[in-house]
Amino acid sequence: MNWKPALAVVAMVISLPLLAQNDDNIFAQYRAMFGDDNPAELVEMQGEELWKTARGPRHVALTACDLGLGAGVVAGAYARLPRYFQDADRVQDLEARLAYCMVKLQGFKPEEAVAKPYSEQGQPATDMEALAAWIAGQSRGVPVAVPQTHPKEKAAFELGRQLFNYRAGPYDFSCATCHSQSDRRIRLQALPNLTAAKGARSAFATWPGYRISQGAVRTMQWRVGDCVRQQRFPQLVFTSDAAIALITYMGVLAAGEPMAAPGLKR
Amino acid sequence: MNFMKGTFKNPSCPQKRASSALLFLGSRLRGNDGKWVFRNILKMVFAATLSIATVVGAADPDAAIKSSFKAKNQAGLERLERSPMQAACSGPVGMTLPQAEAGKIQSAALAAVKFPADGKFLGNWEAGEKIAQTGTGMQYSDDPANPNGGNCYACHQLAPKEIAYGNLGPSLTGYGKQRGQSAEMLKYTWTRLWNSHAYNACSHMPRFGDAGILTEQQLKDVMALLFDPASPVNQ
Repeated sequence: MNWKPALAVVAMVISLPLLAQNDDNIFAQYRAMFGDDNPAELVEMQGEELWKTARGPRHVALTACDLGLGAGVVAGAYARLPRYFQDADRVQDLEARLAYCMVKLQGFKPEEAVAKPYSEQGQPATDMEALAAWIAGQSRGVPVAVPQTHPKEKAAFELGRQLFNYRAGPYDFSCATCHSQSDRRIRLQALPNLTAAKGARSAFATWPGYRISQGAVRTMQWRVGDCVRQQRFPQLVFTSDAAIALITYMGVLAAGEPMAAPGLKR
Repeated sequence: MNFMKGTFKNPSCPQKRASSALLFLGSRLRGNDGKWVFRNILKMVFAATLSIATVVGAADPDAAIKSSFKAKNQAGLERLERSPMQAACSGPVGMTLPQAEAGKIQSAALAAVKFPADGKFLGNWEAGEKIAQTGTGMQYSDDPANPNGGNCYACHQLAPKEIAYGNLGPSLTGYGKQRGQSAEMLKYTWTRLWNSHAYNACSHMPRFGDAGILTEQQLKDVMALLFDPASPVNQ
């Protein structure tokens, strides 16, 4: 990493009022200032190291973990997740799969594998964040192809579609409240229309992402969970069926988009 | 806890209807050759459930929701139990409710509106602007000791000097200036804030009064932001 991101932030703060008047999509310009620099690269490197390091009670690396394309195959795997895994008899996204491999291969307790998936503000990336950043990066340019062949994959998509429209809580929000129309924003933040190919594709292909405002890599599980928090719902359980269903729903609608994660987020 | 009671009451729920009808049939046919018939009925029930599951993709949002959320701070699991309005308005994007159903939701919302006890609709626009700017409230990450915000700018343009406004809802700039302060207009706007479903069955706007998001005084302050000639909204 170099100083460019920091300089870009300074330049942004100075020019913010001007930009805001001229262009609704100031965050796109903000991101453009980073150019090819994405601080997620550092986290990706940590993830690669972690993947190859012998860890856990059994002291083995994750390199035997099957992400869907065979044991240890990482390239292109993220673009095809979530998918059904016979050994787990469950549709799993990357994070669920990693937790599964940490338990089955490395011998961690199930609760240990999911104990702390997200880093706190100012803290280094968690194992999950680092692994997700690296593994997603190994699908750069690979078209999204979330499978819909196994009945449980179809069921996950259908469940995701229903949950997307599920209005509840004191604010009556569903995902669709904010994400079912094109060219809409909250304050100045553009809202992707996740029910249309264009919005679903660009959103799905750029998570995990480096969240500039939080100085951290955030994963797709985090993204969905934080939307749910703002819906005023109770906490979405990490790698739960509902979370995986929503990710499957978005992923299927994003078919064909070349992966571009880790993305750079506001 | 009994989750999503309302959805099971929905007579259009095919899973429930099919299996209960077959179970009924099973109990009627269990006469001479009871065991055999019942076993077959059970098979039929199983097959029917499977075929329905295949049609709808085995999606059961209620069961998945039960296992996928945990209560955190002020956000308890009861928040996931849908009211009849929430269940009716959870259809696919672009769906419209039958007119009769929409009418029922709207009249129920209208009937439950509470107008200000003292008959005064307008509070302080400066307090209203602060409420409109505040986006926190009722999230599990929010301190419930702090007053909830209205977050009006998230979706609406209000004061023209505030450029960071969203566009999920219509622009409200010049609201009072254009409409005046007739008793009807004040009541209509109060109702919109209290429970927008009174006029639009599946409105996207939170029920700020009905759901207890804003207090009566806060609603008055937001009303002043909209109507007061001195409010920046009307400049």
